[in-house]
Amino acid sequence: MTWLFDFWRSSIGGKVTMAITGLLLFGFVVAHLLGNLQLFAGPEAINAYARFLHERQGLLWVARLGLLAVFVLHVVTGIRLARGNRAARPVPYAKDDTVQATFASRSMVFSGLSLLVFVLYHLLHFTFGLTNPAHYARKAAGADGHDVYAMVTASFHVPAIAIAYAGFQIVLFLHLRHGIQSLAQTLGLHHGRYTPWIARASVVLALFVAGGNALLALSVLSGLVTVAP
Amino acid sequence: MKVVLHVWRQQRRSTKQDFVQDGRMVRYELDHVSPDMSFLEMLDVLNEQLIRKGEDPVAFDHDCREGICGSCGVVIDGVPHGPERGTTACQLHMRSFRDGAEIWVEPWRAAAFPVVRDLVVDRSAFDRVVQAGAFVSVNTGAPQDANAIPVPKAAADRAFDAATCIGCGACVAACKNASAMLFVGAKVSHFLHLPQGRVERERRARNLVAAMDAEGFGNCTNQNECEAVCPKEIPVRVIAELNREFVRARLIEEPVGKKRVGGDG
Ligand code: HEM
Ligand code: FES
Repeated sequence: MTWLFDFWRSSIGGKVTMAITGLLLFGFVVAHLLGNLQLFAGPEAINAYARFLHERQGLLWVARLGLLAVFVLHVVTGIRLARGNRAARPVPYAKDDTVQATFASRSMVFSGLSLLVFVLYHLLHFTFGLTNPAHYARKAAGADGHDVYAMVTASFHVPAIAIAYAGFQIVLFLHLRHGIQSLAQTLGLHHGRYTPWIARASVVLALFVAGGNALLALSVLSGLVTVAP
Repeated sequence: MKVVLHVWRQQRRSTKQDFVQDGRMVRYELDHVSPDMSFLEMLDVLNEQLIRKGEDPVAFDHDCREGICGSCGVVIDGVPHGPERGTTACQLHMRSFRDGAEIWVEPWRAAAFPVVRDLVVDRSAFDRVVQAGAFVSVNTGAPQDANAIPVPKAAADRAFDAATCIGCGACVAACKNASAMLFVGAKVSHFLHLPQGRVERERRARNLVAAMDAEGFGNCTNQNECEAVCPKEIPVRVIAELNREFVRARLIEEPVGKKRVGGDG
């Protein structure tokens, strides 16, 4: 397996690692959004979905551990590459300029580290129930112990929480807006005909994920989705 | 026209181990600059002025002054080779600046390119990358018949796109990560499309990337700044080709004749 470690340690191996793990994480955020959009279908629908997942404990844990491994690999490799990039330019330019690099592309390390902080908070909030125990308790208090509808609506009814979640989607948008097209290039997908479309699709997909998440939080806050009694 | 220059002055030589940071930006005023002068001729005028005053002239690299050798190269207002696209600093003219402009002039800034003095950097890292495999191994002898190996026109064009690289290092200077992947991609792409180059493709991809990494260049994050400043307008397509070639060489093709060809499989 040393060949695999050697590959990872190389510059391009590191980039390919970012691209593959980034693609998997992107797949996850899309699936996560599609699942949560069932909030709009009412308590029965989304609670049934939660039950569906929890009835498959074995698979659920395989997915969780797999996702954790992918996430850790993405973060560790990202930090390694970013440190190498800093070391590669020991003296900064007295006058710096940018010709065509997008803001999103220049803030990948910042948006990535912010995502890390957000993901940790998000897990403490809804998965471990540590930041808002009262909201978390509503999940277990529901009909069959999987009343995520009650938990989520109680949380997003709090303006600070809903606005923080929604506002944070700007960061996710930036990370994905550069990330999706970047991963295509890293994996060698470059074609005069498709590359401009991949760049556009990257913006649309990032908008879809970030916008969808924001919509969920704001819909509860605005009363469009009613809070469980 | 008049210009105000801010020029990086550094006496002591940097090395990779001791990357000297004790240079500084020094302000100079030039009153009689012709818009028809090239940027380097303007620096010549500055140096004559400095010599007359008994000061040290500004050291900068140059040779052909016609945009083909790749010797020149300074960062002008934060952009390698200055504001004109597809143009080397020697082919840039003062008419691209307005009268009274303040112009910042700095060397390429990268750990892999230590400053020799003022605006001159040591680009031998590129030579070592080229020595690692950016060539075709052929036995010399009588020249072959010109048409013995047919090369389709489209392939020749792609190879030539990459072969126009003059090795100036602007891509590294422009990259936010000081990555050399446009340069290394150009070397890989230059040979990839030609039948003569394909023979050693795995070895080339492996060894060029290993050499690039050993020199301490950064890692590409696909921001495409390199492509925007390259005086030969080499496209980032060559980086995608480099990525493909490296993955192919390291993960897909089984290493053959490992011992004989060198490289680490
Ligand atoms: C929801 C979680 C995340 C998703 C969906 C995601 C997605 C992506 C994608 C698709 C890429 C592009 C890969 C490529 O350039 O080839 C990427 C790159 C990157 N990510 Fe993430 N990421 C996430 C979290 C993080 C975190 C927590 C960090 C913290 C260190 C991070 C740091 C980076 C860095 C540094 C890059 C490389 C930037 C570049 O190549 O321009 N990401 N990410
Ligand atoms: S001096 Fe030769 S390219 Fe500018």
